[in-house]
Amino acid sequence: MNERDDLVLDVRDVRTTFLTPRGPVRAVDGVSMSLRAGETLGIVGESGSGKSVLGRTVMGLVSNSPTTTITGECRIAGLDVHALKPKDRRKLWGPEVAMVFQDPMTSLNPVKRVGTHLTEALRLHLGVSRKEADERAVDLLRQVFIPEPVRRMKQYPHELSGGMRQRVVIAMALACDPKLLIADEPTTALDVTVQKQILDLLATLAADRNMATILISHDLGAVEGRTDRVAVMYAGRTVETSQTSRVFNAPVHPYAEALLASIPRIDDAPHTVLRAIDGSPPNMLNPPEGCRFAPRCRFAVDRCHQESPELRELADGTADTHLGACHFPLLPARQEVS
Amino acid sequence: MAGSGTAHMRAEAGPVLAVDDMVVEFPVGRHQVVHAVSGLNIDLLPGETLGILGESGCGKSSAGRAIMQEPAPTAGSVLFAGEQLTGLKSRDLRRKRSKMQMIMQDPVSSLNPRRKVRDLVAEGLRIWGFDGDDMDAAIRETLTAVGLDPDSVWDRRPHELSGGQCQRVCIARALMMNPDVLICDEPVSALDVSVQAQILNLLERTKETYDLSMIFIAHDVSVVKNISDRVMVLYLGKTCEVLPSSDMHTRSVHPYTRTLIASIPGGEELASVDDPVTGPVVVDTPLVATATELPSPLNPPSGCRFRTRCPLATELCAAEEPQLREVGAGHFVACHHVAVS
Amino acid sequence: MRRISLRIGELIAVLFVVSFGVFAMVTLMPGDPAVAILGEGHPPQDYENLRQELGLNDGLLHRYWDWLSGAVTGDLGTSLVPPQTDVTERILGALPVSVELAVLGLVIALVLAIPLAMWSAAHAGGAIDRMISATMFATLSVPSFLAGLLLIMIFANGLGWFPRAQWVRISEDIPGNLHHALLPAIVIAMMELALFTRILRNDLIVTLNEDYILAARAKGMPPWRIMVTDALRPSSFSLVTLMGISLGRLIGSTVIVEYLFALPGMGSMIVTSANQGDYPLVQGAVLIVALVYVVVNAGIDLSYGYLDPRTRRVHA
Repeated sequence: MNERDDLVLDVRDVRTTFLTPRGPVRAVDGVSMSLRAGETLGIVGESGSGKSVLGRTVMGLVSNSPTTTITGECRIAGLDVHALKPKDRRKLWGPEVAMVFQDPMTSLNPVKRVGTHLTEALRLHLGVSRKEADERAVDLLRQVFIPEPVRRMKQYPHELSGGMRQRVVIAMALACDPKLLIADEPTTALDVTVQKQILDLLATLAADRNMATILISHDLGAVEGRTDRVAVMYAGRTVETSQTSRVFNAPVHPYAEALLASIPRIDDAPHTVLRAIDGSPPNMLNPPEGCRFAPRCRFAVDRCHQESPELRELADGTADTHLGACHFPLLPARQEVS
Repeated sequence: MAGSGTAHMRAEAGPVLAVDDMVVEFPVGRHQVVHAVSGLNIDLLPGETLGILGESGCGKSSAGRAIMQEPAPTAGSVLFAGEQLTGLKSRDLRRKRSKMQMIMQDPVSSLNPRRKVRDLVAEGLRIWGFDGDDMDAAIRETLTAVGLDPDSVWDRRPHELSGGQCQRVCIARALMMNPDVLICDEPVSALDVSVQAQILNLLERTKETYDLSMIFIAHDVSVVKNISDRVMVLYLGKTCEVLPSSDMHTRSVHPYTRTLIASIPGGEELASVDDPVTGPVVVDTPLVATATELPSPLNPPSGCRFRTRCPLATELCAAEEPQLREVGAGHFVACHHVAVS
Repeated sequence: MRRISLRIGELIAVLFVVSFGVFAMVTLMPGDPAVAILGEGHPPQDYENLRQELGLNDGLLHRYWDWLSGAVTGDLGTSLVPPQTDVTERILGALPVSVELAVLGLVIALVLAIPLAMWSAAHAGGAIDRMISATMFATLSVPSFLAGLLLIMIFANGLGWFPRAQWVRISEDIPGNLHHALLPAIVIAMMELALFTRILRNDLIVTLNEDYILAARAKGMPPWRIMVTDALRPSSFSLVTLMGISLGRLIGSTVIVEYLFALPGMGSMIVTSANQGDYPLVQGAVLIVALVYVVVNAGIDLSYGYLDPRTRRVHA
């Protein structure tokens, strides 16, 4: 048996290019990753980092079209989603892979009842009777801790609060027991006290089902402590990836390090001057040459502006991998920890 | 709490801005009223930054707007630089208010997309008839002060700038009016993480340089703590707790403040430490979310408005609204279950 | 329930205003009804007597009140022009023809517009979309009399598939009636089709960009099913509104089509009677058209609640 066979997700050098009227945009530019059952991967990045496009490309929601070109391989259940016919690709969506979206206010159809949102996927993929689909839907609502599930089935999305709606979205994603769940900014639109509940719920459900999870977020705090591994993206590329604790405690890429340092911490004294990163994320219509972070990097030298660094192993000797894409990684900090 | 009171108001003279028992209500449909802000008291001393912390629906944005009289509060008064804004005629109000400027959440949509940066920055002064040769010099100086290169942004329009740059233009536009008070309503929540720190640092620096007092409204506990001297926690239009920001993560005692702190990463430990005032406060919200829904501001709970979600709630909380009481130096809490030492 | 009764109250108020407007306007039309009835060249006293008899010398409000109290009992007066038939009877003869034409026309337009709009929206910006949209605008720019003549020439005179210039009442022979109504209904449908397709296409494109469509796709739902079960209903507001307006408009103003096919509908009846100064008939007909208009649009308003549950008033 091939080692790749037991991977829930295997992505090799995927690139997603959108043809826009103002030129091609390489939203995802050569990303690889893989996930085993039960594993949780965090993808963090700012707007324009390509993290959401990556999530959608991996799943096949973004696919080849007159305005979109995808290269590389995205294997789910051993099948390359972009080589499949649309009809066969759709068969994966639900039973193999499912997605939780950012804004529960807009990701539920306002004219459909909660129950319909859940039962239609069950009936489509599992071919169960209406009655059984109803029973299963109620059970799903119970699993995401929605009180009075039977009554909720008949309600419309606008009758529920934001947190409740996100629970419905999660129930919807779980309906056909996917092996991989992609959560794209699942808490960004929610209140802080609700965010924690939703993240905890996702973690519990993933553990119970031994489900692989990708948690996409711009919020470093959401990813820390809730993922096994993390990939930091910048301008369409992975700049650093390793075990979550290693990235958070000893980042090797100057971007990851600066990003972590720029966030105010609750135990800092008031009026602590924050270590800001100069400039703003690059315009993806015209990304910088060489390392894309170079124009904002305080360590950048000529080589960084000319030569694009490969994502390479920087763990030197330890058992776990710690990959970084930097000519001059922050290794002293790393060694302190290891 | 989610209670009322004026205990936190400081007796010493000379607040630059004083809000007295402000109420903001909006009619909905024929017979219903949104109780956005219900009896808010604020005193802002010169050079001080007051952080207003709360989740969506707590009334923090309504409060900010009502201070600006946009729209004017339903009841209560706003005293700014010794003058009542609430009773002023439109023209006097606009003149007075130009010394109080607002920075909004979405910098891109708060700038007219068809105007150039130089006009955007100058428009406030032009409205009051200032113009002329010194104008360009003033615009350049202000743009430089907010960290923009005047030459490169001079003729640009908002869509040619990044979100962070737009927010800088907004700040420059506000500074041109030479304000005394800056009201910032979630000024960094629409920005990229890496850009937030730039704007927070800029606001801090600007406050010093331009001798400003600031009200900083946000939902992010760490951000509010970083920039504020004092923090006021709002819930459903009522004040829960007012305290110095320096030790808010360890000394806050109101169950709602504790819940907010517990929600941030690594906050669980902070929130469950034994507290000298209340003893251990348990804020581990159960997964069953019935109790964690924000009640409707159309029909807020009786007594303490937080009681429907509060782990400490008793009958007393439903019957009686807690008043703000002093529990430490500059630290006020509206909760029946916090013992006064 | 309370909402519906409130709605009916509003309706009655609107009808009251509309009926007065209709009455006043028609009364102010040029031409003397007495002359219309008697013809020219009678002694002045005859005209005066007739005016007296018809109540024309009473004040406007007085006459309106008389007319209205008749109207609510179904009595809209008598036609002035020989054979001086009962107005209500005339309208009851013409109205079904117009309603059938309008409804049939709209149904045909809708049946074609929905799939065309879906097809267009699904391929927005592509060749198919542009082709459909060009064809639609071409259809729209053809005047209806020309389209009607063409259809008559091809299908009635040339191929002989349809009869022309006849009308068979629906009560007499249903297949025969449809056979006769189809060609004029197609002409009417052609006028509405372009607009319907365009409006629905644009709204569908907006809806298809919504997150919930993406969420439905991510569940593995086939595109056609998403189009029908997720996108269509939230996209149909403008279309339904437009249909309500069209239905009202078509009932009173398909004159050209009625003339072309020699159909005894409301449009031609109103034009003829207006030319003859037959004001009771004009008043009655316009009132009925207005009534249909108001009722249909009230129905449309109520349908918004079905289309979007968010607009249903919450009883908190």
